[in-house]
Amino acid sequence: MSLDETKSNSESRPRPPYMKPTDITDPNFFHKVVDCQWACPAHTPVPEYIRMIAQRRYTDAYMVNWESNVFPGVLGRTCDRPCEPACRRGRIEDKPVAICRLKRVAADYRGDIEHLMPEIAPKNGKRIVCIGGGPASLTVARDLAPLGYHVVIYDRDASGGGMMRSQIPAFRLPEAVLDDEVERILKFGIETRFNQNVDSLKSVLEEDFDAVFVGTGAPRGRDLNIPGREEVGGNFHIGIDWLMSVAFGHTSKIGKRVIVLGGGNTAMDCCRTSKRLGGTDVKVIVRSPFETMKASPWEIEDAQSEDVDILNNHVPLEFVLKNGKLVGMKFDKVAPVFDESGRRKLVSTGEEPLFFPCDDVLCAIGQENHYPWIERDIGLEFGEWDMPVVDETTFRSTHPKVFFGGDAAFGPENIIWAVQHGHQAAISIHQMCEDIDLNDRPAPNVTLVSQKMGMHEWSYHNDISNDQRYLVPHADKTKALGNIKLEVELGFDEKLAYDEAMRCLNCDVQTVFEHSICIECDACVDICPVDCINFTMNGEEADVRQALRVPALDLDQDLYVSEILPTGRVMIKDEDVCLHCGLCAERCPTAAWDMQQHLHNEARAKHQELARWG
Amino acid sequence: MTYIAKPKFHHPKLPLNDLGLTRRDYEGAMSTLCAGCGHDSVSAAIVEACFELNLPAHRVAKMSGIGCSSKTPTYFLSKSHGFNSVHGRMPSVATGANLANNSLKYIGVSGDGDTASIGFGQFAHAVRRQVDMLYVVENNGTYGLTKGQFSATNDRVSVGRKGQKNAFGAIDLAAMAIQLGASFVARSFSGDKDQLVPLMKAALSHKGFAFIDVISPCVTFNNHIGSTKSFEFVRDHEHTVTGVDYVPHRETITVDYEEGSVIDVTLHDQSRVRLRKLDTGYDLSDQAGALQHIMSHQAKGEVVTGLLYLDAGETELKEKMDMVAAPLNSLGVAELRPGMAALEKINAGLR
Ligand SMILES: Cc1cc2nc3c(=O)[nH]c(=O)nc-3n(C[C@H](O)[C@H](O)[C@H](O)COP(=O)(O)OP(=O)(O)OC[C@H]3O[C@@H](n4cnc5c(N)ncnc54)[C@H](O)[C@@H]3O)c2cc1C
Ligand SMILES: Cc1ncc(C[n+]2csc(CCOP(=O)(O)OP(=O)(O)O)c2C)c(N)n1
Ligand code: SF4
Ligand code: SF4
Ligand code: SF4
Ligand SMILES: [Mg+2]
Repeated sequence: MSLDETKSNSESRPRPPYMKPTDITDPNFFHKVVDCQWACPAHTPVPEYIRMIAQRRYTDAYMVNWESNVFPGVLGRTCDRPCEPACRRGRIEDKPVAICRLKRVAADYRGDIEHLMPEIAPKNGKRIVCIGGGPASLTVARDLAPLGYHVVIYDRDASGGGMMRSQIPAFRLPEAVLDDEVERILKFGIETRFNQNVDSLKSVLEEDFDAVFVGTGAPRGRDLNIPGREEVGGNFHIGIDWLMSVAFGHTSKIGKRVIVLGGGNTAMDCCRTSKRLGGTDVKVIVRSPFETMKASPWEIEDAQSEDVDILNNHVPLEFVLKNGKLVGMKFDKVAPVFDESGRRKLVSTGEEPLFFPCDDVLCAIGQENHYPWIERDIGLEFGEWDMPVVDETTFRSTHPKVFFGGDAAFGPENIIWAVQHGHQAAISIHQMCEDIDLNDRPAPNVTLVSQKMGMHEWSYHNDISNDQRYLVPHADKTKALGNIKLEVELGFDEKLAYDEAMRCLNCDVQTVFEHSICIECDACVDICPVDCINFTMNGEEADVRQALRVPALDLDQDLYVSEILPTGRVMIKDEDVCLHCGLCAERCPTAAWDMQQHLHNEARAKHQELARWG
Repeated sequence: MTYIAKPKFHHPKLPLNDLGLTRRDYEGAMSTLCAGCGHDSVSAAIVEACFELNLPAHRVAKMSGIGCSSKTPTYFLSKSHGFNSVHGRMPSVATGANLANNSLKYIGVSGDGDTASIGFGQFAHAVRRQVDMLYVVENNGTYGLTKGQFSATNDRVSVGRKGQKNAFGAIDLAAMAIQLGASFVARSFSGDKDQLVPLMKAALSHKGFAFIDVISPCVTFNNHIGSTKSFEFVRDHEHTVTGVDYVPHRETITVDYEEGSVIDVTLHDQSRVRLRKLDTGYDLSDQAGALQHIMSHQAKGEVVTGLLYLDAGETELKEKMDMVAAPLNSLGVAELRPGMAALEKINAGLR
């Protein structure tokens, strides 16, 4: 018998290149584990403020938000919330933590914050102008004014806020909430030039500002050129123009039967607003299939619960007029067909065109940038689609003094992106004024601190709640539809907020592994409720991922790899569904595992007053 | 001790077994043992083995005595039957239970104190009688529960935590079991589940007395330098005789092994143990040879692990005693009280 087989060569091991030990001093490694914060464009420290809410420290929770995202009250109601689909809880059970709703809780229950506002430094002699008074410009102003900059804001509207004021309906965002957060910034000594349309960038540049920030948004609604458009007259409205006119009180009525064209959030605001202005039969008619509609799922849900019909796969063919008056629209029924490359085409089903009667049509099929007021001979280059050429890191245009941000930079997005652009542009403007290279971006402020308080005591709550996501109570439907200013969502009360906050897994409390004291007893492997931890031979990442206790198939989620251990194996942790319950650290006899909070605060244009937050 | 309950959430992609259960469904209550105790790993290996064997937990009975090791049945198979008996008495209770209801799978968990000291006599007779069960000793060379006295399996050279010398020689429970006639004898290590889990699966599929001596370090009282039951010592001195894979009966053999290096032994339920022989000339069916092998490695300071002895043809207690195949607790009044006529017949036979 040939019996020379030995334990170590009995299994065929993957060949090098082996995975390198994880460098946890790279702040991005643990930052990425905090899925929500990583996904947030402004990198708000989400679990940090959620814990504060659970401790009823609402003011602190508000300030953490205010530092990162400037408009917690607004965003707690309206944010696009890229954090929620990213939330780890959504991979462990059905639904993510209601992160956005908790942000609102901080705003609803906070105390006075006047004393927490940054002190405004003496003027530094530099003058900055922001064109447009939306969230992007306001963020630039918020970040720069406390440093001593003199900031001027232009807007053609009568007050600040941009589309947060002119587009987002009051039943989603009460005016008082918006006013409060806009006013707070304007009080930093901002010079407002409201009711003034800027029609020449050249003339603004002539005023000799140190920097110009363009935050004019994407203000033009797309039109629909199909037969009958020329003749249709006053019963056809561009969605965003119509919403603005409702917001500013110029429009207060609409016909009973309304067709809203488009499937995005603007369409949802149009149909819900119509329901409040006299529309009884309101239909959203969209070209694409329901599943690929652009609107956020919760906006669609809210519209449907207000009895709005949504018809998908209908392409508008023509406006039908009788005696010069709009009576309805014709649509072609289509079906999605995919070609070999997977590209979707909407192909007519060949059925007779369908006719839907209506009194008014609201067209919400897209928004565009529009720069007739920027001269093309001032050294500011325009590229594809007649958009200015803007650097994605510094937000500088090809004109050294002119910066862009928000919807004005790369097309329509949302408030939180506008805020993040504002932060970055402010850093660039500040560095330009200080003669620092714009590409030399300031590093985030990152700390990693043990949460151990005793043998099995941690300074965070590690007992995982089994509760399902809590729903936010809504106002009575009849009342809500009868009053356009009545906010539909009522927000969590303190009890609901606490219970929802407890669903958060504290993903910023990291499992930190010290290989040199591990005795490979397997205690952590045995206890881990979600099979994150493995002791295995190293290998190529693709092989290692397959070989784990539960194969790690989500490539967006990193593996944490240790240095080599005495048995020749390495510890490999799949970060994907770790509950941050700390049991690995509790069951480790040598404290090779520790739970350490990774607090990550994004860099801001530097100023001492806000340094305590970042 | 951990105060929180283990979260109920499990990995969303955790595999299901034939019963539609996940491994987590075979767990028990949160362990109260010291963090890092080898015994918790043995519990995890039992969980894994039962999951992989698709055992219905309600058809399993967990039997134990007293000790940290004997506490562990609480920490696995929470849906199984269990009996936590007095110190050293588990073998008798298991014997009785087995006779009353042999349709359950019996897993006995004991410690080296529980088995090699106070329960030594009981243990010997359960082995001798071939009680159909898996008997696991979680062997840490110490009385963990009573704060670390030397146990009867502690090697003579193995010193206490504060350097105390051990006056007596060690009882080798695996050798003992072979000598007493156990039909399945293995030794393993709590820190090596790759070896332990297949051994447990084979032992659970074996009919008769299956014994596994699992070296399971006590991190609190016997994991220091100078101890021969520490993680480090066992890893450095382990000598594996046979590599064991467990092959469920419906699986066909797909891997080609070098001629003669692998043997398959078919168990009672038609599943197989595939043995990769790592020691030349080692014969698993040779009682005396096995003992000799264990002793000679022991003399070199080595701990022999793997499947050490197997007699798949041996019968178990009920067969030996020629008892009815049905569990006794399933017999009705008619079978238990056959009546005067039957008594007359027996009496007549004695005249
Ligand atoms: C109907 C609708 C609903 C929306 N709902 C949401 C939501 O719920 N959540 C969300 O996150 N986002 C939402 N958005 C998107 C969001 O409003 C924008 O992405 C965001 O406001 C962009 O901010 P901004 O600072 O870039 O510009 P804007 O908010 O667009 O502000 C630009 C300002 O510049 C002014 N301006 C433009 N040109 C000139 C000029 N030449 N001279 C002077 N002033 C000028 C405009 O009057 C405007 O006040 C919605 C958008 C629409 C249309
Ligand atoms: C009749 C009786 N005698 C003594 C004891 C005290 N006692 C409890 S556990 C134990 C020894 C346990 O050692 P072991 O079986 O090795 O278990 P471990 O704790 O090491 O796992 C002793 C002597 C007892 N409980 N009952
Ligand atoms: S569970 Fe909490 S910390 Fe983790 S991603 Fe969700 S909100 Fe963020
Ligand atoms: S904290 Fe530790 S035990 Fe808990 S889920 Fe994460 S890796 Fe597993
Ligand atoms: S005392 Fe020893 S045997 Fe008992 S639980 Fe602690 S480590 Fe385990
Ligand atoms: Mg013991």
